[in-house]
Amino acid sequence: MNNQRNSLFIFFTIILAVASIIIDWPQKPSNYLPDIIPWPESQGLHIDIFNFHRQGFRLGLDLQGGTHLLLRADTSKVAPGDDPSSAIDGVLRVIEKRLNAYGVAETIVQKSGTDRIIVELPGVKNIEEAKSLVGKTAQLDFREQKTIEGKQQYVTASATGTDGIEKPLTGQFFKKAEMGFEQSGKPEILFEFNPEGAKLFGDITTRLKGKSLGIFLDDEALTTPTVTEPITGGKGRITGSFTLDEARKLVIELNAGALPLPVSIEEERTVDATLGADSVRKSVIAGEIALVIIVLFMVLYYRMLGLIASTALILYTLTVLAVFKLIPVTLTLAGIAGFILSIGMAVDANILIFERMKEELRTGRTVASAIESGWGRAWPSIRDSNISTLITCGILVWFGSNFGSSIVAGFAFTLIIGVLISMFSAVVVTRSFLRIIIGRKATIDPTMLGMPAARPGLEPARAGFSS
Amino acid sequence: MIYDLVGKRAWFFVVSAIILIPGLISLALPGGLHPGIDFVSGSIMTLQFEQPVEQSALRQAFADLGHSEAIVQRAGDGTYIVRTTTLQAESRDAVGNVLSGSERQRVQDQLGGRFGPLTVPTFDQVSPIVAAEIVRNSVIAVLVACLGILLYLWWAFRHVAESWRYGVCAVVALIHDALAVLGIFSILGRLFAIELDALFITAVLTVIGFSVHDTIVVFDRIRENSIRHAGESFEDIVNHSLMQTLGRSLTTSLTVLLTLFTLWLFGGVTIRNFVLALLIGITSGTYSSIFNASMLLVVWETKKFGTLFGKATGRVPAASGA
Repeated sequence: MNNQRNSLFIFFTIILAVASIIIDWPQKPSNYLPDIIPWPESQGLHIDIFNFHRQGFRLGLDLQGGTHLLLRADTSKVAPGDDPSSAIDGVLRVIEKRLNAYGVAETIVQKSGTDRIIVELPGVKNIEEAKSLVGKTAQLDFREQKTIEGKQQYVTASATGTDGIEKPLTGQFFKKAEMGFEQSGKPEILFEFNPEGAKLFGDITTRLKGKSLGIFLDDEALTTPTVTEPITGGKGRITGSFTLDEARKLVIELNAGALPLPVSIEEERTVDATLGADSVRKSVIAGEIALVIIVLFMVLYYRMLGLIASTALILYTLTVLAVFKLIPVTLTLAGIAGFILSIGMAVDANILIFERMKEELRTGRTVASAIESGWGRAWPSIRDSNISTLITCGILVWFGSNFGSSIVAGFAFTLIIGVLISMFSAVVVTRSFLRIIIGRKATIDPTMLGMPAARPGLEPARAGFSS
Repeated sequence: MIYDLVGKRAWFFVVSAIILIPGLISLALPGGLHPGIDFVSGSIMTLQFEQPVEQSALRQAFADLGHSEAIVQRAGDGTYIVRTTTLQAESRDAVGNVLSGSERQRVQDQLGGRFGPLTVPTFDQVSPIVAAEIVRNSVIAVLVACLGILLYLWWAFRHVAESWRYGVCAVVALIHDALAVLGIFSILGRLFAIELDALFITAVLTVIGFSVHDTIVVFDRIRENSIRHAGESFEDIVNHSLMQTLGRSLTTSLTVLLTLFTLWLFGGVTIRNFVLALLIGITSGTYSSIFNASMLLVVWETKKFGTLFGKATGRVPAASGA
């Protein structure tokens, strides 16, 4: 019975270790491992069943380089009766469309809190251009001149739509916009209305024949031509003093549509890709050294027990990294620090078990019963202390996601995964190793466990406190 | 060997006071903390020059650009960290014509013209609105974390008489650790102009979590011994619990500190202050969980602070240690 359980455990451990190594294996192992050995390079991972395809760890902007923007949408501009949250979703969609059209790969646009939007732009060279592309409202409208309080002013022109309701003519009725060139070779913008817009445009140009029709973008006049003929085909052009680049951007903006709400850039963080790569290398080296130091320390201090703990610890490290890759967790510098810290905390569970075990041995228990009762007594401490860490991490995740700091949330999230897997490691791996390796011995040389050699008659004093 | 730690509790409070008071004074004096742009808004950038540049010349260059408030710090060979007020974004008219270029670009161009080629490996900018929110959220996060821990301990120790005391003592110990980190960083800030950023809040919260982690292991032992040795005096129970967990506390802390020290040495400059805060906090956390949290429980139970000299309580340690 016991043997069967033990073999099952060994089988399970080997499977877990092999699977983790396969998942973890870096594409260029020589970057992270001593290059005296020709490590096999990984080809990435392809598993058809889960449609699983993962090349590397997902790195945060501080590690791969790029720009992080935090935008705030002005929700006071939400039309009465409209849902602010769906207006924000609209902003998100428009920004996504613009960035896709602009040709930035792997951008992340996500909502944060009630009125915040996080935009992550990996590897963008011209940050200022990307920023103006993201933040511009791009509300296009057509205006006619009216005399208000004795002054000639442009106000948005409106006409009756197909459903009989009066509507202002804006960029929202565009079917598409594209770039063209005037005969002089200057770039211009060609646009086409959808049927509704075409009707409005036709009615308005009919009404304004011989008068000025202003085309405004974000309250600034692009051009104010005079209508010579009513335009009923739903097509038109905007000529202005565009450069090629400006015209191209305007086309992107017009096709993506206007932002439903104006946004402002509240926070910007840019990290150079070289610095990011350097941070990755340094963190990996620091992690490897830390692991070696912990293993040395544990083996020297706890001997046989230390060896067991180290094996459990290496398995723990491999498993956590595999989980990071599978979920996938976006690794940031702080996240890696959190993970390395969790290695230290995972050791604690082992130390708690060992210290209790040694106490039980001192009271004269057999090895097997010392393992069981030592583990049983250590468990409440492991559980309670880890739950308190989880509570703090939960608050950190909330704190981080609330003001859009991926640093804080990333740190806490990696620590949560670390704490959960370390509890599993203490409950299953360490205990089973203990049972299999030393559990069947009737007696054990105390020095093997890092305890002083047994001296008959010199049991540590429990006078006045022994049970 | 059994030491009478509990009998010397007054000494441990004195040690805490010696560590905390200079930091608290530094915190209370004007300019106690150097809050970074995350808390007060502004821009911070790393500049890397190919040719050697004098710090004073760079400061002058920023003054010429209208940023006489710029704080210029050397961060290695040809590398400077410069903090300024918020740099203006590029502004354009509706057509997209640039009305005034981005201030960041202008700074970069001017510096390039003056000091030769340079790169900007990092550039961060935070607006006042976000900065105010980070401050508010940080305070809320710490308070909520304390409350969560207090309630959890109260519940976890519900089978012990007056279990809420355990929660309160654990929270006092974690406030001790948070203050130790803040105080020492305040002094370091005065000496080396170290600034606090959002990552620092993460460090403080981690310290809080770790401190409670340590405290719980000791409290857990007190809970167990209170039940198994119901006849003993509370002081003896706490003293034995401390002695029994001392080995574990020191070994665990040593492992974590070794890990952090490795990170500090090899982890790169970017996270050095973060790791330093963790090193200070976790050292303090180990101390406070052994020598403050449980001692406070004793003080609360016996209503005696203990004495520094002599045995005014007349208590003789129960154990006749070998």
